[in-house]
Amino acid sequence: MKKNAVLEMKGIVKTFPGVKALQGVDFTLCKGEIHALMGENGAGKSTLIKVLTGVYEKDGGEIFLDGLEKAAVIKSPQDAQNLGISTVYQEITLCPNLTVAENMYIGRGKDVLTNWKKMNAEADKILENLGIPAKAAQQLSDCSIAIQQMVAIARAVDMDCKVLILDEPTSSLDESEVEKLFGLMRDLRSRGVGIIFVTHFLDQVYEVCDKITVLRDGQLVGEYVIEELPRVKLVAKMLGKELDDMEEIKDENQIYHGDEEVVFEAEGLQSDAGIKPFDFHIKKGEVNGFTGLLGSGRSECVRAIFCADKVIGGKVKMKGREVKLTKPLDAMKNGIAYLPEDRKIDGIVGDLSVRDNIILAAQVLRGFFKPFSRAEANAFADEYIKLLEVKTASADTPIKSLSGGNQQKVILGRWLLTHPEYLILDEPTRGIDIGTKIEIQKLVLKLASEGMSVTFISSETDEMLRTCSRLVVMRDRKVVGELSGADLTQAKVMETIAGGEM
Amino acid sequence: MAKGKKIKMTDTNLLLMITVVVFVVMYLGAMLFLKKGFLKPQTFFNILNANAALIITSCGMSIVMITGGIDISVGGVVALVSMSCAVYLDYQGGNVFTSLLLALGIGLLFGAVQGYLVAYLDIQPFIVSLAGMFFARGMTTIVHTAPFNVANEAFAALKGTRINVPGLGTVNKLGKYVNAYVEIGVVVALLTVLILFFVLRYTKLGRSFYAVGGNRQSALMLGINVKQTRFLSHLLCGLLAGIGGYVYFLHVGSGSASHASGMEMNAIASSIIGGTLLTGGVGNIFGTFVGVLSLSTIQNIVSSIGLDQAWWTGITVAAMLCVFLIIQSVILSRKR
Amino acid sequence: MIKKNSLFASRQIFIPIAALVLLALFNLILDPSFFKITLGHNSTGDPVLTGYLMTILDYGSEVAILAIGMTLVTAASGGQDISVGAAVAIAGSVILRVLVGLGGDGSLQAPIIVGFLAACVVAMLFGAFNGVLVAVFNIQPMVATLILYTAGRSIAAWINNNELPIITEPTFTYFGGFIPGIPIPTPFFLAVVCIILTMLALKFTTLGLYTQAVGINASSSRLNGLNPTFIKWLSFVILGLCVAVVGLIKTSRLSTINYSVIAKDIEMDAILAVALGGNVLSGGKFNIMASIIGAYVIQFLTTTLYKFNVSSDALPAYKAIVVILLVVFSAPTVKDKLLKVMKKQKGVS
Repeated sequence: MKKNAVLEMKGIVKTFPGVKALQGVDFTLCKGEIHALMGENGAGKSTLIKVLTGVYEKDGGEIFLDGLEKAAVIKSPQDAQNLGISTVYQEITLCPNLTVAENMYIGRGKDVLTNWKKMNAEADKILENLGIPAKAAQQLSDCSIAIQQMVAIARAVDMDCKVLILDEPTSSLDESEVEKLFGLMRDLRSRGVGIIFVTHFLDQVYEVCDKITVLRDGQLVGEYVIEELPRVKLVAKMLGKELDDMEEIKDENQIYHGDEEVVFEAEGLQSDAGIKPFDFHIKKGEVNGFTGLLGSGRSECVRAIFCADKVIGGKVKMKGREVKLTKPLDAMKNGIAYLPEDRKIDGIVGDLSVRDNIILAAQVLRGFFKPFSRAEANAFADEYIKLLEVKTASADTPIKSLSGGNQQKVILGRWLLTHPEYLILDEPTRGIDIGTKIEIQKLVLKLASEGMSVTFISSETDEMLRTCSRLVVMRDRKVVGELSGADLTQAKVMETIAGGEM
Repeated sequence: MAKGKKIKMTDTNLLLMITVVVFVVMYLGAMLFLKKGFLKPQTFFNILNANAALIITSCGMSIVMITGGIDISVGGVVALVSMSCAVYLDYQGGNVFTSLLLALGIGLLFGAVQGYLVAYLDIQPFIVSLAGMFFARGMTTIVHTAPFNVANEAFAALKGTRINVPGLGTVNKLGKYVNAYVEIGVVVALLTVLILFFVLRYTKLGRSFYAVGGNRQSALMLGINVKQTRFLSHLLCGLLAGIGGYVYFLHVGSGSASHASGMEMNAIASSIIGGTLLTGGVGNIFGTFVGVLSLSTIQNIVSSIGLDQAWWTGITVAAMLCVFLIIQSVILSRKR
Repeated sequence: MIKKNSLFASRQIFIPIAALVLLALFNLILDPSFFKITLGHNSTGDPVLTGYLMTILDYGSEVAILAIGMTLVTAASGGQDISVGAAVAIAGSVILRVLVGLGGDGSLQAPIIVGFLAACVVAMLFGAFNGVLVAVFNIQPMVATLILYTAGRSIAAWINNNELPIITEPTFTYFGGFIPGIPIPTPFFLAVVCIILTMLALKFTTLGLYTQAVGINASSSRLNGLNPTFIKWLSFVILGLCVAVVGLIKTSRLSTINYSVIAKDIEMDAILAVALGGNVLSGGKFNIMASIIGAYVIQFLTTTLYKFNVSSDALPAYKAIVVILLVVFSAPTVKDKLLKVMKKQKGVS
């Protein structure tokens, strides 16, 4: 092993039926460094991590750990834990029915018996040290998602690990929580822990990381020291091409205000998801967005528009005519389409084919007694697979076997097939690779230019600034401002979100 | 949210509390309004005597349900154990101790095979234990077809053993003081409840049952051996069905293919009334114990108010189950 | 593109057919007389076909009809209805109550169709009750239907005040026996009618797509304008209809009812049929034809065992072994392991 290295993976090979997920990948992690693992979706990051944590068994290659003479044998997450490898996954991998403290301590240690008092006291101490607002004896499912994520990190931190893997831990955290997490990471680094950090947010990489390893198509592209790899080059390495695309979308950044006709108008709209009543409107061909920190209520607003949550008050007008919307079908019938925030839970119908996923919404609109014929369904599916360049073996492939970005395209296709007048996209770019992100942003602008109204929500403010002509700013489940024209700058958005207290 | 100072009750404790309150209210109500037998301590102990086997098998059922599975073979296993032990004692001239080993062996065998199929081959527990139930019921008639009473003397002595409960006797019509008593099975049942309560609350294995039932994928990521845990839950359930089978045998003293028919459903019902969720991860052994008591108390109440046609029992039990399920459903959906 | 979703092209249907072929081969080798069908006459002098195959066709049809509804319930709700046996008892009891009433002399008080329709309404009501528990209160189907399972036979007895009315009208026996002049058992025709109706419903409505979508991801289905609650509920009501048909067949066979024995354990056969058809018991995608073939396979197995003089009480033990073998060999993990072993052997040679 190299000097100072805590982990060395050599020539890792992993194949799935039909896919070579990893083809001889090398990876080295040193003591006390934060090492970003970058790559597009399908590049093999997750697979590499799952091999390291024992979720998958590798087909070839060796893993060396500091302090071990021979290559390490990791066949289960348990093995990995015992060897000092801790992991925090993007999705919460804790048990909702157990208490916070149990989630931190279960599955480790040699103790056969649980000493509840001691466990709760220790857990409370750690939670306090890390500034996590949760109680040890609390049931995990009573905590918010962000806090659950923090608990997962607290667990990993407490395990005296040599290697800490953070697999997109920030995607459900807001900025102050991310800051807290970074503080934690730096602290651990100074204690000599090697940290592998997987994220889609470039800013975060440059804020906290020391080194970057880039993967592409299951192969190692290279390992770089952060100072030597500027952003543009990093993106180029990940995409495997120079960055024309990024430039292109900037060229298209003409502000599009839309026509004068108001397509959708809401007054005092309120749902049971705990948002304050809000007013909102969108014009034909306009692209606007809701912005605000996670949990500020931006998703709840669009869910209220689509009646995804129960609407408990307010008036809604479509093209000036008052309509009564009580369930998603009503909204769909009025030409509203909604791409939900959580693709897995609210978007895809996993076991159904790509074709059935594409026609689903249009079929529901058409009615129970008028099924599409097989030929029609195939034609629609082929049309949208081609239009959106969905990478799938066939229209018969179950959607769950597609990559995240392609799943998102299928869902987008589903809603485009209903030919909506008003399209709501809630975080369409979350957790998908940069290439697809850019494609989706371009598509939004194109649709708007064809007369569709689009509401676009994204955690990445620059994406919103690039696409939207008007931003509704939210704070604490309330609309606190609206920005357009010259006000559409990063600084102004931040200021409004912070409420002028900056 | 989390910042509040008061910590919400966990789901398990909340459901347990409801069960206990309902049972106490029900029993006190019966004592106040029906009087009759309900004021006698022996009535309560008779409920225990009659249901010792159900308590034990229900505990096993709860463990499997907490782990996110189900085992509907327990009734069949109880019948098979009774019949096998009966045949062994009377026809083969076996002794009581080895017949007990036989019972445990049958239980463990069912638990092990079903556990292997469920945990390591990933076949749905419902289908596996459905086949297990068929197999056990069929085997019972293959072992011996006609029902018969066991004549073995040592066994009869054990069966007749009564343990007096001090201080809770009543004076009967002849003015004689009669001590309240329980059968041996009740002692076994109470011990089972105590031990399992401890296992589930304090041991690593017990907590793993909850974790696996809460979220199998997460449990795996948290470093729990999920397959082994699921296997052990079924093994334990099988073992308890074996013990329950012997206790049942001890209570009825006979072998019959129709013994313990529908017991699996009573065990599931008791677990649910006791606050166990079939979705897994939530439940309490003490609750299950109270669940069994509630179930038989309501049956006693129904028959003592004159609704003694056979169908009323079925309908009342079903109605009670229905009420509990709806209560659980409403409470849990409110919490989310 | 391969037409995968069409009725027979799917690989799913291969499982029950393979089981059927295996069972047939087994009988063919041990005793080919199993397949003998003779044309005889019954007590009223009408021509009837008899033989083991006819028995399978006759009794398998009951399970097949229930399997239709059970498949839909399984797909939509991700669980099974264990109360169908008890519900059949209720449906049968209603038919008898309407047709002869209490203390009747066995002659019909109402046309048979009225009795049947009444049974349909009642069975669908009980189906709706199960459906409400499952769809509205989100109770797991197995547990929710446990209620009716526990109470059903009691309710059935209560409907006729625990009497056992006997119907003397000969036409009533046609539904579970033979129609004069037609030598094939009537339940088979009833099953065919049910199957055709189901296939038409799947072809001319979007029931199939909706049910699968709801079964796979209810939350996503809701955001696509579907009403998951209604669709789950509907599947239970449809099963209620199937139950009523079986109730008619069952009471027609006996011309009376036995509350504790009628349709006993039939829910298990129906669930096994669904599983044998390769349908995932946790819901989602389904194939009704596979379930129906699965139903006849179950009956084939039962009849084969009877043929080999297995007593009806011991029957379940053998059935269980066969079921476990079938399920084990169709389990994905076992398949993977077998494939790996086969690959290794190939590699060696």
